[in-house]
Amino acid sequence: MTDAYTRFVRSAPGRTIAKQLGLPRPSRLLRREDRPEPVLGPVVVLGRSAGADAITSLLLAEGVDVRRRFDELRTVGSVVAVLDEVAAPAELGEILLPLAGAMRSLAPGARVVSLSRPATGEDPARDAARGGVEGWLRSLAHEMRGGGTANGVQVADGVPLDAPSVLGALRFLLSARSAYVDGQILTVDGAEGTAPADRSRPFAERTVLVTGAARGIGAAIARTLAADGARLVLLDVPGAGTELARLANELRAVPVQLDVTSAGAGERLVAQLRERGLVLDGVVLNAGITRDKMFANMTPDRWDSVLAVNITSQITLMEALIAAGDALGPQPRVVSLASTSGIAGNAGQTNYATSKAGVMAFVAALAERLRELGGTANAVAPGFIETEMTARMPPLNRELARRVSSLRQGGLPVDVAEAIAFLASDEAGGIHGETLRVCGQNIVGR
Amino acid sequence: MNSSPRDALILGGNRLPFARANGPYAGISNQDLLTAALDGLIARYGLQGARLGEVAGGAVLKLAGDLNLTRESALGTPLDPRTPAIDLSKACATGLEAVVHVSNRIRLGQIDSAIAAGVDSTSDAPIEVSARLRRILHRASAARSTADRLKALAAIRPADLAPVPPRNGEPRTGLSMGEHMALTAAQWGITREAQDELALASHQHLAASYDAGFHDDLVTGYRGLSRDQNLRADSTLEKLAGLKPVFGVKSPQVAEPTMTAGNSTPLTDGASAVLLGSAEFAAERGLTPLARVIDARSAAVDFVHGDEGLLMAPAYAVPELLDANGLTLQDLDVYEIHEAFAATVLATLKAWESEEFCRERLGRDGALGAIDRTKLNPLGSSLAAGHPFAATGGRIVASLAKHLHARHVETGTVQRGLVSICAAAGQGTVALIESVA
Repeated sequence: MTDAYTRFVRSAPGRTIAKQLGLPRPSRLLRREDRPEPVLGPVVVLGRSAGADAITSLLLAEGVDVRRRFDELRTVGSVVAVLDEVAAPAELGEILLPLAGAMRSLAPGARVVSLSRPATGEDPARDAARGGVEGWLRSLAHEMRGGGTANGVQVADGVPLDAPSVLGALRFLLSARSAYVDGQILTVDGAEGTAPADRSRPFAERTVLVTGAARGIGAAIARTLAADGARLVLLDVPGAGTELARLANELRAVPVQLDVTSAGAGERLVAQLRERGLVLDGVVLNAGITRDKMFANMTPDRWDSVLAVNITSQITLMEALIAAGDALGPQPRVVSLASTSGIAGNAGQTNYATSKAGVMAFVAALAERLRELGGTANAVAPGFIETEMTARMPPLNRELARRVSSLRQGGLPVDVAEAIAFLASDEAGGIHGETLRVCGQNIVGR
Repeated sequence: MNSSPRDALILGGNRLPFARANGPYAGISNQDLLTAALDGLIARYGLQGARLGEVAGGAVLKLAGDLNLTRESALGTPLDPRTPAIDLSKACATGLEAVVHVSNRIRLGQIDSAIAAGVDSTSDAPIEVSARLRRILHRASAARSTADRLKALAAIRPADLAPVPPRNGEPRTGLSMGEHMALTAAQWGITREAQDELALASHQHLAASYDAGFHDDLVTGYRGLSRDQNLRADSTLEKLAGLKPVFGVKSPQVAEPTMTAGNSTPLTDGASAVLLGSAEFAAERGLTPLARVIDARSAAVDFVHGDEGLLMAPAYAVPELLDANGLTLQDLDVYEIHEAFAATVLATLKAWESEEFCRERLGRDGALGAIDRTKLNPLGSSLAAGHPFAATGGRIVASLAKHLHARHVETGTVQRGLVSICAAAGQGTVALIESVA
């Protein structure tokens, strides 16, 4: 699904012209099917803390080629910078500078992951160091070449670095599944979560509901979770019934036809789940629409419909599922779709951005409710993803939207699906109310 | 074998929203439409890879290439390819006959599970060549040498090239179905108002059932349609009254034509499928039985010699069905009478209320009586939904079964429903369905 511009600059004449004119040349991103190995070796672990030792031992135990220094390495696949015990900004250089000399040895598709702690307000000097990590990380991500990415995991004080969510996040960010996640910091605030019995099928024995599953990102989410062994309940409007049925047939999933904005939709969903004896371990609230119009031309119909589908239906569905008492499993995972438009705003998308910003605040509040039920709620904010929706954008806007990210290209629906699969996994039990951007480090917002 | 045959249970159904002719489904083949309806049914009930006892289906308007229509459609679905299939044909009663056919097989223990289906597309109606051109082309095809072939083809005249669409009318009378119905409506004195009221009720009830989510597990959207395209939720008596009569207009026996586009079914495209099975099959698959097929009857009338109206056969079949099952006309909880035209339903009801008709034509002691009109087509019917000929039986049976089951659960009592479908060439099929807990 390579866009026309990328195909051009990868051709012989295109390469020369692009180089001469300094035009962007997007690298080919390697995804799960291209690079199935969980870690791109060799890995260098930076840092001197007990945490760094623990991470090194864990990686060694999994048979990864791990080093503590860059000397003698001509190529480096991944770097894990463990900064959990920095107490002052002056301590950062000692740990990070060795990477400077090795930047040119980074392999295509390299991964840099930082492990640090968040600023807490208790110690100004320590906070200055902890806060500084983010600046370094985001700048490094802007500098990474060849499709490489840099991301961070921020682990709350008191949560050990070998907690399931920390290791899960680390694995996700080191793998090819996070190909379109760049310049992001993921916060882990708890030690909850369990490792899967079978890493090749982490969703075995798990039932996940995906709304808006008939097409686009929803269908990609369904396929990714199915590949990971999940039992799926696919929901979409009756109008998409045949597409939904065909995907359900392909994935041996249960189709549920429901307009989530209709009266009593939550109760109808609960009734259908009960009738089939289904208990949900995961809920992916993906159903969403756009009705773009500059605010000056916004009509009540466009405004109301977007809010109804994109956020209100999520609220009512979750209320109904929680109130039912028997609809959710013991470690429920809720993942909702937000958008970079909701973070930074976008001309012509006042309605869409309102709904998506609402989603991010919703999952933060819902996370507290789900914590009581042993579960989590988080959101994924896609940047520019190549879908039917974005294909309808005017060509010039679309081209620009593609290029204003560090990875210089649009992402694919599967990239969003992989991030959702991570947040919905058993392991990610210690991540609450977070929004993970899947945007290739798009310049809008933070 | 047991003294009474086991039950054939209706387990669910699926259909496409019905589209108006030459609309959203224009150019889509019967096979594609039927496959889509089957795919939806298979997904809903988890039948991927299932080897069923039979898939029985049919289409009234078939292309020559549709000769194994149901089998080819089924092969295009995830069903096990070792599932047998059969094509049936009885004009508009095809769908109901398919249900009766498979339910008889299940009851006799010949099969444990089946799908009864039907499809029709008036947008892709078969267009043939004239008989003369057909003979010339056969001759040309059988010719051994190019010279002989050219000689055969040289016999073609321009007039031969005019395509021949399907006849719209009974072959033996030359009258269309609408014209026949206009005669019957005039004979029974069915008023314009009564017809329009019935049509309005059909639209209102169908719209309400969609709004209540009743069709969420009965209809899979297709090609941009999520509801039947012909449905006019905002229909009014004023709008219906404003339409011009289209049938009986030139007929001397019809003093005042009353049949319009609003109180007649339009030409539509669509497909439907119903899942049936034995109790064991349902239990094995964790499916909830909705209703069972109790009994069925067929009737035919001599419309050619004017002995009876073309669409009046069900008026004869229903009393037979009721007698055989020890029921009176009023012992039913729901009456699903296919709305070929509003006048068809009204003429049939009037016949049953008529002492003269019931004594002289049916040989009974008295009138069958009136029905409670609130129990007639409570979810709307063909006037609103449309009527792709062979798909109507499946539409009615699936929604009736679901409705009866829901009422049974609500009231705690067994609910009985009647299905009555008239068909071209003076035929009709009727069936009795009863809810199961």
